[in-house]
Amino acid sequence: MNDKVTNILLVGVGGQGTLLASEILSETFMLAGFDVKKSEIHGMSQRGGSVVSHVRFGRAVASPTVPEGEGDVLFGFELLEAYRYLPLLHAGAKVVVNDYRIPPPSVLLGQEVYPDDLADRIRSRFPDFLLVDGLHLASEAGNPKAANTVLLGAVSKRLEIAEEHWLAALHKMVPAKALEVNIRAFQMGRAL
Amino acid sequence: MDRAILSGNEAIARGAYEAGVKVASAYPGTPSTEILENVINYSEIDASWAPNEKVALEVAIGASFGGARALACMKHVGVNVAADPLFTLSYTGVRGGLVLVVADDPEMHSSQNEQDSRNYAKFAKIPMLEPADSEECKEFTRLAFELSEEFDTPVMLRSVTRISHGKSIVTLGERVDNLPAPALVKDAAKLVMLPGNARVRHPKVEERIVNLSRWGTTATINRSEMRSAELGVICSGVVYQYVREVLPQASILKLGMVYPLPHDLIRDFASKVKTLLVIEELDPFIEEQVKAMGLQVTGKALFSLCGELSPGRIRNALEQGGLLAKVVSAPVTVEKLPPRPPNMCPGCPHRGVFYLLNRLNAYVTGDIGCYTLGFLPPLNAMDTCVCMGASISNASGIVRSLPREEQQRVVAVIGDSTFLHTGVNSLMEMAWNQAPATVLILDNRITAMTGRQENPASGFTLSGETAPEVNIADLCRAIGIKHVVTVDPYDLVATRAVLEAEMQRPEPSVIITDRPCCLMKGECRFEKGKILAVDQNQCTGCKACLRIGCPAIEWQPASDGKKGKAYIDPLLCTGCTVCQQLCKFDAIN
Repeated sequence: MNDKVTNILLVGVGGQGTLLASEILSETFMLAGFDVKKSEIHGMSQRGGSVVSHVRFGRAVASPTVPEGEGDVLFGFELLEAYRYLPLLHAGAKVVVNDYRIPPPSVLLGQEVYPDDLADRIRSRFPDFLLVDGLHLASEAGNPKAANTVLLGAVSKRLEIAEEHWLAALHKMVPAKALEVNIRAFQMGRAL
Repeated sequence: MDRAILSGNEAIARGAYEAGVKVASAYPGTPSTEILENVINYSEIDASWAPNEKVALEVAIGASFGGARALACMKHVGVNVAADPLFTLSYTGVRGGLVLVVADDPEMHSSQNEQDSRNYAKFAKIPMLEPADSEECKEFTRLAFELSEEFDTPVMLRSVTRISHGKSIVTLGERVDNLPAPALVKDAAKLVMLPGNARVRHPKVEERIVNLSRWGTTATINRSEMRSAELGVICSGVVYQYVREVLPQASILKLGMVYPLPHDLIRDFASKVKTLLVIEELDPFIEEQVKAMGLQVTGKALFSLCGELSPGRIRNALEQGGLLAKVVSAPVTVEKLPPRPPNMCPGCPHRGVFYLLNRLNAYVTGDIGCYTLGFLPPLNAMDTCVCMGASISNASGIVRSLPREEQQRVVAVIGDSTFLHTGVNSLMEMAWNQAPATVLILDNRITAMTGRQENPASGFTLSGETAPEVNIADLCRAIGIKHVVTVDPYDLVATRAVLEAEMQRPEPSVIITDRPCCLMKGECRFEKGKILAVDQNQCTGCKACLRIGCPAIEWQPASDGKKGKAYIDPLLCTGCTVCQQLCKFDAIN
């Protein structure tokens, strides 16, 4: 095990499930024998605001937040938010984003426009970019609510952690009645 | 031994369990709320919400006087409310160990100010511990109880948002089981703080802080990590982690106890390094004390007094101060994007009320809760917000400064939990002195903003047991308010009529809205209505429905030069009908 700490950022809109996804990531890394830290903000920002969770793992992790410009992987739950947090990444980072748009208040009111070329803009800066139709794939897996798990599967493929640890974390963190669908959704994401 | 990934708050709860705590009390407040929500998982601890932080601390003091270990938890501004008992508790000391956990919020992620609670430890002359990760949260909580009993003092444990809501790996321990059984003991000289007794106690307080400083010099929670002799950094808490990240070669004096400071240890560390820095968030709390010791040290000359630190902010400050070589990098930049501030939920019972306050040109003295978001556009219906309970007393004061026609515009808006926290005292003042303002109590049955915690009017306790409910309307009448009206906030016509009538009344009156938070589950009284849709043939594009700022309603511009139309997202709509009532063209059904 080398001393390199891997930095993951989960970004989206409050209420989208970034917290649970970051819990599953952290659990996986602990099961794989790493030190893990994570940081996020609760409270006011959860009311539909922009949210970011930091997860870091390695032999020994100091700061719970990812140092600015050192993000290795961006796990985006929503396009505009994924784009907003790109400055937290380094130039060679990997970006996995749900192909999903939630209009912010000024767009709902018709005062501003939701940019329609965000995916292209991200791809032009980060060649290792994957846009995932999470909702569609999760529906195929059996429940559109498992969209985050499809994304998690896609992210898992970009991290060098054995599959058994991901599955063990899912078994521990996902309620029994939703487990089968989520394992299926995870595998679909992993196959992307 | 078992290991788990715990948040700082979960780890503090675990530490309280392992320390043998018997009684815990708190008022919810970000970022401290989850401590008590986790304490309740340990059946050995009697844990409950209090109506406010002063009461929470006094409950803990009572338990300590009974001989039990007791915990009180609150956010930084909560300590202002609890300051009255805190300062005298410093004199009485404890019987069972007492720990007050305070969670600060540098950067104000979810707060109205970013006061630095370390000043309270110095002000009240009590020790304060500050953990740097979840493992230390647990261990320091255990230690805090031991110190409390050894030195006969309350102990403050300070967290910050990045510690409380950060997670890291913790090794779980066992609960201590050798504590003396609580029992009533008469000890008036120690516990009755009248002048004669207090005068005897005060010198003990001064002596105690000297003894604690001496203890801190050899305590393992204060440790010097000697690396390069060029640069030495004094720091504590989460900042220690950032310093390790940015200055891996620097020597560090990591303080686990931030008050009182271990003077001999600091002198020794300072003598071993060429340049001495203090890196701390917010106030120059450590820096000023180190300077008072006559040592050469740099701190706030480089680092901001405002906001939280981060590895990047520390790096920038050190680069600008010439203490770190500039790293040449080409950071990724993005164009300006539409912002995404928090918003009230789709179906929130508060939304229509704020729409009406805006239309009625009310001057709204606001308060702390989800409904503070009513200040945001397009509602723009809040004009002041100071602290818990201030809406009513601010209204009472403001009307006294105004001519009659302006008085009529003043409406205080407060939630049920905030009303019972301290608003009820303010309403007593308003009734007593007959200040002619209108008070609107948005009773959604729960403390919503912090994540739906029970309050004295919810009918349930923290552990989920049914409890007596405060009848808010009867309480207002008992206080002396003659006009108390309850209204359904989803009925805009009725709510508007009540608001107009009460605002015109030349005496104090209270309006209560009675719909539960739309996020409530289980025994939820909120029921989704028929999901609404915009009839694209009827919609004239007048944008009236957009004025309520509902996240479920989106403006869709037309591409062919015609007028755009509104669209309702069926996945978000709760069928609350507020938008439907605003549509003059029957286009929403």
